[in-house]
Amino acid sequence: MPIPKKKMIEMYTTMMKIRMFETKVSELFAANKIPGVVHLYIGEEAVATGVCATLRDTDYITSTHRGHGHLLAKGGDVKLMLAEVFGKKTGYCKGKGGSMHIADIDLGILGANGIVGGGPPLAAGAALAAQYKGTDGVAVCFFGDGASNQGTTHEAMNLAACWKLPVVFVNENNMYGLSSCALNTMCVADVADRAAAFGIPGVVVDGNDVIAVYEAAVEAVKRARKGQGPTLLECKTYRHRGHTEGDPGTAYRSKEEIEEWKKKDPIPRFEKRLLQGKVLTKQTMESILTTIANELAAGEQFAEESPYPETSDLTTDVYVD
Amino acid sequence: MPTMNFAEAIRDALRIEMERDPNVYLIGEDVGTFGNVFGVTKGLIDQFGEKRVRDTPITESAIIGAAVGSAACGLRPVAEIMYIDFIGVALDQLYNQAAKMRYMFGGKITIPMVLRSACGAGRGSAAQHSQSLEAWFMHVPGLRVVMPSTPADAKGLLITAIRDDNPVVFLEHKLLYNTKGEVPEGEYTIPFGQADIKREGKDVTVVATARMVHYALNAAEKLAADGIDVEIVDPRTLSPLDEDTILDSVKKTHKLVIVHEEVKFAGSGAEIAAMVAEKAFDYLDGPILRVAAPFCPVPFAPSLETEFIPSEEKIIEGVKTVVQG
Repeated sequence: MPIPKKKMIEMYTTMMKIRMFETKVSELFAANKIPGVVHLYIGEEAVATGVCATLRDTDYITSTHRGHGHLLAKGGDVKLMLAEVFGKKTGYCKGKGGSMHIADIDLGILGANGIVGGGPPLAAGAALAAQYKGTDGVAVCFFGDGASNQGTTHEAMNLAACWKLPVVFVNENNMYGLSSCALNTMCVADVADRAAAFGIPGVVVDGNDVIAVYEAAVEAVKRARKGQGPTLLECKTYRHRGHTEGDPGTAYRSKEEIEEWKKKDPIPRFEKRLLQGKVLTKQTMESILTTIANELAAGEQFAEESPYPETSDLTTDVYVD
Repeated sequence: MPTMNFAEAIRDALRIEMERDPNVYLIGEDVGTFGNVFGVTKGLIDQFGEKRVRDTPITESAIIGAAVGSAACGLRPVAEIMYIDFIGVALDQLYNQAAKMRYMFGGKITIPMVLRSACGAGRGSAAQHSQSLEAWFMHVPGLRVVMPSTPADAKGLLITAIRDDNPVVFLEHKLLYNTKGEVPEGEYTIPFGQADIKREGKDVTVVATARMVHYALNAAEKLAADGIDVEIVDPRTLSPLDEDTILDSVKKTHKLVIVHEEVKFAGSGAEIAAMVAEKAFDYLDGPILRVAAPFCPVPFAPSLETEFIPSEEKIIEGVKTVVQG
């Protein structure tokens, strides 16, 4: 079935919003306006976009330390995200979480996560809640090639398989866990090969092709909603930036490799397709970009002008009283 | 008032809460047909079915993670880790996820889950099935830590734990499961952060937890024959800790002995001693004394395990040391 035009435009908007958001964060980080560390999603936009385009607000996701893209794709608010990344009181988490811990339970976002492999068991739990309540909700677990080596990931997949939980494990294989290349950290060709160990389908797609990701996600989500259990969907992709801002990412990756992958940048590929298919014109694209730029500028201003949390906020929100 | 044992009291609390709230469910290894290794959950699967009494693979991280994730999405799981010693392989899901999510997310999420687990030595189960690790959990902001000593306390505290909107670690000393006591019928709750004075006395305060409460009570009877009147305070919850009841007792007796089965070094008693030293130093007649396990793993050989666990004799000796200055 062809993808409706509206969905295509929605996906283009999301991808561009992620790219422009991350570019903005990169600039703000370089200008010392953002404390701590940030892990950017530039280059991987097609994965979060293609997958989240198949989800409803009532579906759940768990994210990672490289989470901005997932949050935006699931509907995260730019203003609240930027304020949080700045550590401001007006941010998603009142400045208490920062880039690695943004959540929005109302949008089904169970949080970015600073622990590699922290999310998969939580996603199994969210899926269990959906199954238990008898809804047809699903949970999507985003995790990287690095997390695919963690025991928690395997435990979550096994439990989800045993109970046919409505969860889709979306592996973003960007080939590197910080500096460690996946070629040296696992002895199977594809992360998806590991699905066989749990008796669930393992699917590999070009993670830089948003249409391919979307189509594979539609199948996996449909399967989950029908009560047929989890799928492991591996999306091959690449991060253009280093592990964090400040890491050029060149000590462990060759310039040739980086250039090769930049040629496979998901955004120009999708743009070309949209223009050729006459889904969008250059002009309409420009107007989408202007809207995003305005939203980001307003978000930046909001974040800049917002206050930091009060010291009296330090020990609140630890418990429900 | 009916008499039941500690395990039955816990089961009674689980049954009451499961009947009351359809979102309460059990998840853990061998909690279903087998009814838990100590028989605690026996029969619940017959009443509530496999949906609500969920046998899992051996997968501690996924058990806790599934509990956390489902709690975030509106359920009220009671997860079980068979022995608290097994928490090590799953700790991240408890202390980095469950405990911190509310704070990290700015108070916008609640994780109403209970983690039940058996703790304690005395069954010849050696170093990896016998530990008392309550201090680990006390050290983590965001967790509640409950440690009952009697069937009645266990029931009331567990009902409170299930209704609490925070992640609660509920520690059950395995040698208490067969101990009996009067337990009120029906539902009742015992507030967290409310210590219980298990024995009133005027000469010395003994703060004891779990099985050590009973050791301390026996010791107190023997000490009474020597003219020493012991007051025994059972905190019941270590986090939150009822500081006032402990301090009031110390202000009355001017002497403090702390008894626990954990190793003495950096155990829960260290926190209690420090708290009293900070807040009631001037009321103390002499040094605070801790009677606790030595700083070694729990041994296997009966002769060693008996030596490891604080005894009535050691409690008596400790109390006499403090009282006689």
